[in-house]
Amino acid sequence: MQYNQRLLLKGNEAAVYGALLAGCDCFFGYPITPASEVAHTAARLFPKLKRTFIQAESEIGAINMVIGAVASGRRAMTGSSGLGISLKQEGVSYLAAYEMPAVIIDVTRGGPGLGNIGPEQADYFQLVKGGGHGSYHCLVLTPNSVQEMCDFTVKAFDLAEKYRMPAYVMADGVIGQMMESVQLPDPRPYTYDPEWKMGRIVDGKANYITSIYMEYDDLEALNRRLQAKYREIERAEQCAEEFMTEDAELVIAAYGICSRIAKGAVSELRAQGIKAGLIRPQMVFPFPTNSFEKLLSNGKAKVVMSLEMSAGQMIEDVKLALNCKLPVELFNRMGGNVPSCAEVCEAAKRIYKEYVK
Amino acid sequence: MSTEKVKFGRSKVFFDPFERRPGPIKTNMHYCPGCGHGILHKLIAEAIEYYGIQENTVFIAPVGCAVFAYYYFNCGSISVPHGRAPAVGTGASRATPEKYVISYQGDGDLAAIGFNEFIQAANRGERMSVFFVNNSNYGMTGGQMAPTTLPNQVTMTSPYGRNVETDGYPVKVCELVNALEAPVYIERVALTGTANIIKARKAVFKAIENLRDRKGFSLVEALSPCPVNLKMTAEQVNEFIDTKMTKYFPLGMLRDRSAETPAGKVPEAPVRDPEDVKQLLFTAKEGSGEGPATVNNSEIFNEERRIRVSGFGGQGILSLGHTLADMARLRHFNVSWMPSYGPEQRGGSASCAVILSRKAIPSPLVDSCDLLIAMTRAALDKFGYQLKDDGILIYDTSAMEKPAVKPGQKVFGLDALAIANRIGNAKCANSAVLGALAAILGKFALTPEDAADYRKVFTEAITESFRKKPQVVEQNIAAFNAGCDEMSSQLV
Ligand SMILES: Cc1ncc(C[n+]2csc(CCOP(=O)(O)OP(=O)(O)O)c2C)c(N)n1
Ligand code: SF4
Repeated sequence: MQYNQRLLLKGNEAAVYGALLAGCDCFFGYPITPASEVAHTAARLFPKLKRTFIQAESEIGAINMVIGAVASGRRAMTGSSGLGISLKQEGVSYLAAYEMPAVIIDVTRGGPGLGNIGPEQADYFQLVKGGGHGSYHCLVLTPNSVQEMCDFTVKAFDLAEKYRMPAYVMADGVIGQMMESVQLPDPRPYTYDPEWKMGRIVDGKANYITSIYMEYDDLEALNRRLQAKYREIERAEQCAEEFMTEDAELVIAAYGICSRIAKGAVSELRAQGIKAGLIRPQMVFPFPTNSFEKLLSNGKAKVVMSLEMSAGQMIEDVKLALNCKLPVELFNRMGGNVPSCAEVCEAAKRIYKEYVK
Repeated sequence: MSTEKVKFGRSKVFFDPFERRPGPIKTNMHYCPGCGHGILHKLIAEAIEYYGIQENTVFIAPVGCAVFAYYYFNCGSISVPHGRAPAVGTGASRATPEKYVISYQGDGDLAAIGFNEFIQAANRGERMSVFFVNNSNYGMTGGQMAPTTLPNQVTMTSPYGRNVETDGYPVKVCELVNALEAPVYIERVALTGTANIIKARKAVFKAIENLRDRKGFSLVEALSPCPVNLKMTAEQVNEFIDTKMTKYFPLGMLRDRSAETPAGKVPEAPVRDPEDVKQLLFTAKEGSGEGPATVNNSEIFNEERRIRVSGFGGQGILSLGHTLADMARLRHFNVSWMPSYGPEQRGGSASCAVILSRKAIPSPLVDSCDLLIAMTRAALDKFGYQLKDDGILIYDTSAMEKPAVKPGQKVFGLDALAIANRIGNAKCANSAVLGALAAILGKFALTPEDAADYRKVFTEAITESFRKKPQVVEQNIAAFNAGCDEMSSQLV
């Protein structure tokens, strides 16, 4: 049977399709703009496939339901935005300590505080740097199209399971709310049955899951194991799009909606004779340091401009990746404002003049 | 009550020895001598064994002195964040309906930090049994005030006694739960002396029996000795519970609807077979559209085209834009549709932006447009400036006089709602607008071939949207034709 798998979808909807096609059994969520369609779509489609949807009492409830479902050996997910993600951080820290996979969609909005529902990218710190207590990381995928909202959600499940850790799909209000055509993949055959799930009987003993280690050495050992895993991820999983970077003298770093605007700006700047390029992280943990190191080894780039819808959060990782060997400037908008292509070009030209000619 | 007694007559649900317990002591539990936790563990273990559900039991351990319950129970277990056991239990119970979920919680865990998770799970009637240890203080952290601490009771954080004026009265959990509709069984017991423990045993067995029979939510609250933090001997603490606590927390069964509650069914298994998933998620290909090879070559779309649709909520503004975007999808354009969301919607205004392009679309946000459809005066005032100097404006004649435009701009009016009402379905007004657009584009921009394809792709989009409502499809096509005719007559 042939099916229409090319649909016009919102980013928020596409993420849910991706999850279902990846074999996710359970969705637990709490409404919040601009992520609400994630919950709406899940409420419609999960029960259609006789899978579980619950509107939880809070984001805290939702992430803990995810813990229960995942510990039981099922794929589970939740979705939220900014302040809701803040509430989930306790649970995410536990997931990291349990070494359990889970997928969390964050359709970011303006902050701090209640902020507003406009698009911002100011959740970078809480997603990439840990967010909750303890030395842990989460995988963070950064789609910039509706197609990638679907594809990266599938990938988030794959990576989360491969490394047994939580994975975020970090979108922004624009990517979540916009519609584009999406080619939906075929559903995967379902084979998921993790050997570590609670209650599996091994040698007559039922598996248990915990995050408490009273012996200091035991907890240190867990931490060392986690860190080794993160280093391996940094080695093996970096993911970025490099656009016209080979001969670029000014390189823009941008992800999510900013990266699309940046790409338009790079073409515009090239048309005006400015050698511009773009590094677009498709994941920000692991951060694509290789792409930035390449700029250093090929020696053409004179300056990097971090384009963000935050006060400048990713820029710290850009600077670290470049080891302070190239100047890094910030151009940003905040509060729900999305930079325009013209603004970005103007900022790039100003920076170009200062550092290149 | 010493821990030796717990060891005696050990249930097969307990490990023997407790090898998961770190350190040299593997024969008894980590609880203080005289602690109620060990007694309750023993009763629960016996009940699990009696009802034969060990293999499928999930034991959710709280944060509190019982955090290490998984040292003892040989069943699926997890130690969860403070207060969140009923939420974790909800996830487990829904994800694996064949499992029997036990949420085991202290009074700080359940009645303070986790009260919301608890009461919501109770209200949903989650299929789980909650064992609630009320020892009138926070045990694990060294005897601080709990929600259940009695008036004037001295604890580490109520050194002058619980002051009901500033700290409130103790929380009566069973009574609160008894106000809800869903719970099946609610009983308060005490773990003091043989007679009470026999009653407690019955209650624990009932809750586990309900679990086996899939009968929804059961709660057993156990008034439980914590001699260490109460700084009492075993006898003193039992007396404290029997005389003081029970006055505030009367023992007894508050509700037992087990008999009249039918045994719950195991829900159907999730659909996971790829072919079945496709069938449920997608629509069959035949009968819609021309297939992937269909492209539209009209020259006006060699350039990126931006369309702004605006008006007020309820006019179908978003869906008008959506139909346009869908038409573009069917002709394999790159297309984006972006709504104004949130506060912009408040006060009734609605707008969306559609971009069609043969190249990648950098940003779906629109600050200048080739076509502006304005269904209200306010919408025109707000977005009029975005119209390019050679742009096209379509306005609603019932909402405004013909607006003045710049010399290069074209302006056309239509009473789409009137047309739709004539057809007999006010919701078809969008299609009348799209029909008018067909006439305008046909006259000024499209080759006859492209114009015919525009009409065709509209039909495809509408047919796909209302697959199951052929009458609605027909009404929309009629509205499209009427809009097209009316605009054509204006254009001659
Ligand atoms: C979020 C959080 N806050 C505080 C604590 C510290 N803490 C550990 S146990 C506990 C109190 C437990 O008391 P209770 O639930 O009454 O159980 P008991 O130890 O008396 O059995 C607290 C506050 C914690 N672990 N997590
Ligand atoms: S502190 Fe109290 S509740 Fe905790 S183990 Fe000791 S007696 Fe039991």
